[in-house]
Amino acid sequence: MASTYRLSDLRALEAESIHIIREVAAEFERPVMIFSGGKDSIVMLHLAIKAFHPAKVPFPIMHVDTGHNFDEVIEYRDRRVAETGLRLIVASVQEAIDRGDVVEETGPRASRNGLQTSALLHAIEEHRFDALFGGARRDEEKARAKERVYSFRDEFGQWGPKGQRPELWNLYNGRHNIGEHFRIFPISNWTELDVWHYIRDENIDLPSVYYSHQRQVFRRDGMWLADTPFINRMDGENLETHLVRFRTIGDATCTGAVESPANTIDKVIDEVASTRITERGATRADDRRTEAAMEDRKREGYF
Amino acid sequence: MELLRLATAGSVDDGKSTLIGRLLYDSKSIFEDQMESIEATSAQRGEEYVNLALLTDGLRAEREQGITIDVAHRYFSTPRRKFIIGDTPGHIQYTRNMVTGASTADLTIVLVDARHGVIEQSRRHAFIASLLRIPHIVVAINKMDLVGWDQQVFEGIRQRFSDFATKLDISDLTFIPISALHGDNVVDRSVNSPWYQGSTLLHHLEEVHISSDRNLVDVRFPVQYVIRPQSTQYHDYRGYAGTVAGGILKPGDEVMVLPSGFTSRIASIDTADGPVAEAFAPMSVTIRIEDDIDVSRGDMLCRPNNKPQVGQDIEAMVCWMSDATKLRPRSKLALKHTTKWCRALVQSLNYRLDINTLHREEGATELGLNEIGWVKLRTTQPLFFDEYRRNRRTGSFILVDEVTNVTVGACMIIGGH
Repeated sequence: MASTYRLSDLRALEAESIHIIREVAAEFERPVMIFSGGKDSIVMLHLAIKAFHPAKVPFPIMHVDTGHNFDEVIEYRDRRVAETGLRLIVASVQEAIDRGDVVEETGPRASRNGLQTSALLHAIEEHRFDALFGGARRDEEKARAKERVYSFRDEFGQWGPKGQRPELWNLYNGRHNIGEHFRIFPISNWTELDVWHYIRDENIDLPSVYYSHQRQVFRRDGMWLADTPFINRMDGENLETHLVRFRTIGDATCTGAVESPANTIDKVIDEVASTRITERGATRADDRRTEAAMEDRKREGYF
Repeated sequence: MELLRLATAGSVDDGKSTLIGRLLYDSKSIFEDQMESIEATSAQRGEEYVNLALLTDGLRAEREQGITIDVAHRYFSTPRRKFIIGDTPGHIQYTRNMVTGASTADLTIVLVDARHGVIEQSRRHAFIASLLRIPHIVVAINKMDLVGWDQQVFEGIRQRFSDFATKLDISDLTFIPISALHGDNVVDRSVNSPWYQGSTLLHHLEEVHISSDRNLVDVRFPVQYVIRPQSTQYHDYRGYAGTVAGGILKPGDEVMVLPSGFTSRIASIDTADGPVAEAFAPMSVTIRIEDDIDVSRGDMLCRPNNKPQVGQDIEAMVCWMSDATKLRPRSKLALKHTTKWCRALVQSLNYRLDINTLHREEGATELGLNEIGWVKLRTTQPLFFDEYRRNRRTGSFILVDEVTNVTVGACMIIGGH
């Protein structure tokens, strides 16, 4: 490969992401990396570790915690924090509720996913963060397809799709006034399949819920939702045991599982490569609320 | 697999969104839920065909107004290549978006409506592609079905476009007759154009030779970040992290550090996966040098016998991107070049370019939104630069408004003065 001076597509994406992460570390005063325990943020953290090797990653990581987690994901998060020695900040939705900043939704479809924005903005103010790395990809969703790598947010954390700064060559402009900040998306140009291929090539450990396992689930809106203490089943939503895995990981109340026998990385890649449904379309109730659900949430300060 | 970044340009009615939809659809990069969603919307609007353009219309504001307001990114891959599409709208007021999309592109597709031929907008796209030095231009002559697949129409457009292109600096120009709506010559060869012997669009995108487009001659390594672990294991480690902007670097090579002018040798080129034998653009690596020289962010490593230009007086073609302010002589702006920020003073505007006629307006006194001109600047610190035509990474910079912090200028260096 080196003899022809070509980089493979994955190595080119990796180089671009590392460039972005280093640029932010060099130019911002108080960056933080959002870490959900999902595969995209796991890959992003892996890239950050590579970017500063052999030195430590020069910023903390932050989990925006709805309190409605899969146990496997929290175990993974804590293990990773111990391995890397990084400081973990938890921005808690429960605390936002306790403070009275937000009111918990009620009813069987209650979700804390939308409440994350409040906890996130509170943490940004408290810690005076000026750059927040997020693992969003442009292929995920149509509003994200139009967002910059450096996404400017005003004092209210809002995204303005029409007023975005032009982003030229690899010359990123992170200049801002006090109180404003940036969301930084280093893996903007990766696709779902790129992420999985990279996880395989780099032998990256994932929470076990990404691989096929037996789980008690029930059917709602065409998705399999996990039986957890955080969600109330409605009449007719009976528990069944199925062989499932999760394609995305978010709040446990709105992340659906897919039936799958894929219990190894190669089987997962085969499955992802041949699937005909988008990952968010298949498994995210939060995007289904309206046609422009993501755009609306971003305008309010969501990731 | 190689990565190809492509920019598409065309007006609302050229069928650009339909073409992208077609590439995604025929390369099986569209998912069932996306397809069902646009089928339903097409049916609801009473459209005769499934409107593939709906796939790329993202934001609520766009759907409501039926326009595309910004650069959108799309992804697809074939067994041969992975593609990133920077999709930009083609209205006159969106020159700035087109420049943005073009800045990182290896190839651009300029769409021409076969019924209308080469219009002002097609010329503008070709000019911007040449200004931004996109190495490969494909002119897709679309809606050939609406002119009865007439070879004379195709040849006429090819001739007119080529005549205009000779005034520009374009190295690789290819013409393909297509129908994006029906898919002819997009992925599959059309039975309607037996007179056309060239590649289909997708085949061309898969085969076009891009690896020689990078500069592998002039060693340029802008230092981005200094890595000092300050741990017991790596007590004396001091590495210079950055992205290679040109040339090929190898351990043992003699290097010069700018601005200090000190020379040393490369001790090691490190990555998290271990040391590498050579580094070239666009690799992100960490370089250690043999001697203990003071090197910091914004410095540049090069070869002692092949240095970039060093200077504070710069001439550049500037595309102005702000509707709130104008570029005028005496304007003061922030400037970012490679990994370095400084300030710049506009000394003079030599001319403004009419991008439709290429006429130079010598008496112009300012550049407004979407206008392009030849500008002389003086910077507060020396830049280490090359001509843009020689190296896109060391030959480009951006201008930023010091009050609003908005990026207001995209600049391609012509030289020092």
